[in-house]
Amino acid sequence: MEILKIENLKVAIDGKLIIKGLNLTINSGEVHAIMGPNGTGKSTLAYVLAGKPGYEVVEGEITFLGKNILELEPEERAKEGLFLAFQYPVEIPGVTNANFMKTAVNEVRKYRNLEPLDAFDFLQTLKERAALVGLDSSYLNRNVNEGFSGGEKKRNEIFQLAMLEPILAVLDETDSGLDIDALKIVANGVNSLRKPDRSFLVITHYQRLLNYLTPDFVHVMYDGKIVISGGKELAYELEAKGYDWLKNGNNGLK
Amino acid sequence: MAENDILKEITEREYKYGFVSLIEQEYAPKGLNEDIIRFIWEKKKEPPFMLEWRLRAFRYWQSMKEPHWAKVEYPPIDYQDIHYYAAPKSFKDKPKSLEEVDPEILRTFEKLGIPLRERERLAGVAVDAVLDSVSVATTFKEKLEELGIIFCSINEAIRNYPDLVQKYLGSVVPYTDNFFAALNSAVFSDGSFVYVPKGVRCPMELSTYFRINASETGQFERTLIIADEGSYVSYLEGCTAPIRDENQLHAAVVELIALKDAEIKYSTVQNWYPGDKEGKGGIYNFVTKRGICLGENSKISWTQVETGSAITWKYPSCILKGDNSVGEFYSIALTNNYQQADTGTKMIHLGKNTRSRIVSKGIAAGFSNNSYRGLVQISKKAVGARNFSQCDSLLLGDKCGAHTFPYIEVNNSSSIVEHEATTSKISDEILFYCNQRGISKEDAIGLIVNGFSREVLNQLPMEFAVEAQKLLSVSLEGSVG
Repeated sequence: MEILKIENLKVAIDGKLIIKGLNLTINSGEVHAIMGPNGTGKSTLAYVLAGKPGYEVVEGEITFLGKNILELEPEERAKEGLFLAFQYPVEIPGVTNANFMKTAVNEVRKYRNLEPLDAFDFLQTLKERAALVGLDSSYLNRNVNEGFSGGEKKRNEIFQLAMLEPILAVLDETDSGLDIDALKIVANGVNSLRKPDRSFLVITHYQRLLNYLTPDFVHVMYDGKIVISGGKELAYELEAKGYDWLKNGNNGLK
Repeated sequence: MAENDILKEITEREYKYGFVSLIEQEYAPKGLNEDIIRFIWEKKKEPPFMLEWRLRAFRYWQSMKEPHWAKVEYPPIDYQDIHYYAAPKSFKDKPKSLEEVDPEILRTFEKLGIPLRERERLAGVAVDAVLDSVSVATTFKEKLEELGIIFCSINEAIRNYPDLVQKYLGSVVPYTDNFFAALNSAVFSDGSFVYVPKGVRCPMELSTYFRINASETGQFERTLIIADEGSYVSYLEGCTAPIRDENQLHAAVVELIALKDAEIKYSTVQNWYPGDKEGKGGIYNFVTKRGICLGENSKISWTQVETGSAITWKYPSCILKGDNSVGEFYSIALTNNYQQADTGTKMIHLGKNTRSRIVSKGIAAGFSNNSYRGLVQISKKAVGARNFSQCDSLLLGDKCGAHTFPYIEVNNSSSIVEHEATTSKISDEILFYCNQRGISKEDAIGLIVNGFSREVLNQLPMEFAVEAQKLLSVSLEGSVG
């Protein structure tokens, strides 16, 4: 089943074109990786999907579960089942992780006409899913990301992913700034969340995350477009040859 | 719906206490002079000592200048263009029972959620309702009297318990204290009086609800609470006013006296009309509140939630005179649009091993200015005194300001003073992050503000904590685009 379809997407920030005609289709259960050098529009793509203000869609369409999500508010997209693991998660003053997740989960449940979770069940789920990414349950009573290390913030993103059970999870450079142990924890967390009815879009600069998180498809983005797509072997080829290989236009698809 | 209608609907939703009651009022002529003071004194049927007291205060006030050290700005106040006394006409001969009170007045308080009639009264809360310059009714009076607790309007107290009043009135806030305290001492018209006798624990919350209704009128209320040895009382005040284009002056004085082993918990939910989106109208809230822990092991705790008023100028303070006495100040001050708040506390440590705790949370949105101003003073004799202060500010948007002015004076070496301060901002990044988790902007702000204020909200009596929490969210409605 088709989950996400992006057609001829063009996006500008402050009048400057960043994404210049991008096409991508993701079916249910698939894991897609988008790789590419810095400044080619990878994070822009993540933000546009999530609906961040300030990103102007000049042309093209994005359909999520058959709906035109460009007409939806960011919170509506989230409630439809789109999740973004942020590259730079923010700190939220005064709000504990537990309270934040309780509010978020119940908002999503309300949208799906489900009753709010019972407090006891909710606490159980919280603890289980926190353990999934190696977060101690004491984290739950701390304010969201406040005083967290870089690695803890990234693990917290995956924990939230586990709690919100999205249909499509976009991981924006979740591997950046992680040491190898933290990387393994994050990747294992994500692997355990893979399901036939959940798709992933993994944005990364390096191939190393893909050693732990095997993608079904790899796309390479360059200058605002996907310039080459392939299977997981493409990631190795890219790692071996470097991004200069693309700049020279030797990718055979052009 | 036309744009104007939408706008109207929004403004009205934001301040739902903005209605005016059509009650026939009796005013003192505008302006302030000795004749006006005599007029008030006569209206109040007070004993002679009060006239002298008021006149002394008035004469002193005439020699004083309005203070301008606070970080607030407003056009000059014309003190001769204000009515210093307004009362419902039907109060000419004070009604003896609720049956005689003008039904429109009872309806006013009902609309505000303060039913005064016996069968509808709030369980567990005794209320003194003050409209403009007079106390309308005090509930549960008889029940409290059985325990020897006096809870009545200050006017009744002056007439019925002159010895108690003479002993304590002005003993914590003398009329020489400041400009607004002097003005209040000269013209105050009503307010509440509480006396809890030795060893009595007051079984219910005592509360006063202040309502300004008349236009071009100042409200000058005076509250005096005395907790005798080993007693305990929890007291709460609430305030609202109609929406009016003019600024109205509210200059109250509150004095608390805690004797040996006594405890007073004083909570305020202040929701005076804050002015409109452009900063027009609103109450000038210039208030002096101070308590003295006179006896050893006594305790005074102030909790305030300040969401209203165009300008707030108030510093509920504690004088810790008795050894081992404790002073606390928990505050949330929220300003939106063009509101200005300069608020904080003074903790004056005089006795040995006295302890104080200050938790101040300032929330600023719109174009508002929010300042914390606090003094911790530890005298030479206050051996082993301790203070902990925490001042946190939360900013919404980039057009508002938060400021902290902590003053610390320590005069002995065995005392410990700690001060912590933080400033956070609810940025667009934070709001987008919350949106991405399915939480709307309004809900995200509510979540953050309530989390930020939790420590203070927890101090409020249960019935009012929920109300205050709602008030915080409503006061911030429309603060993000």
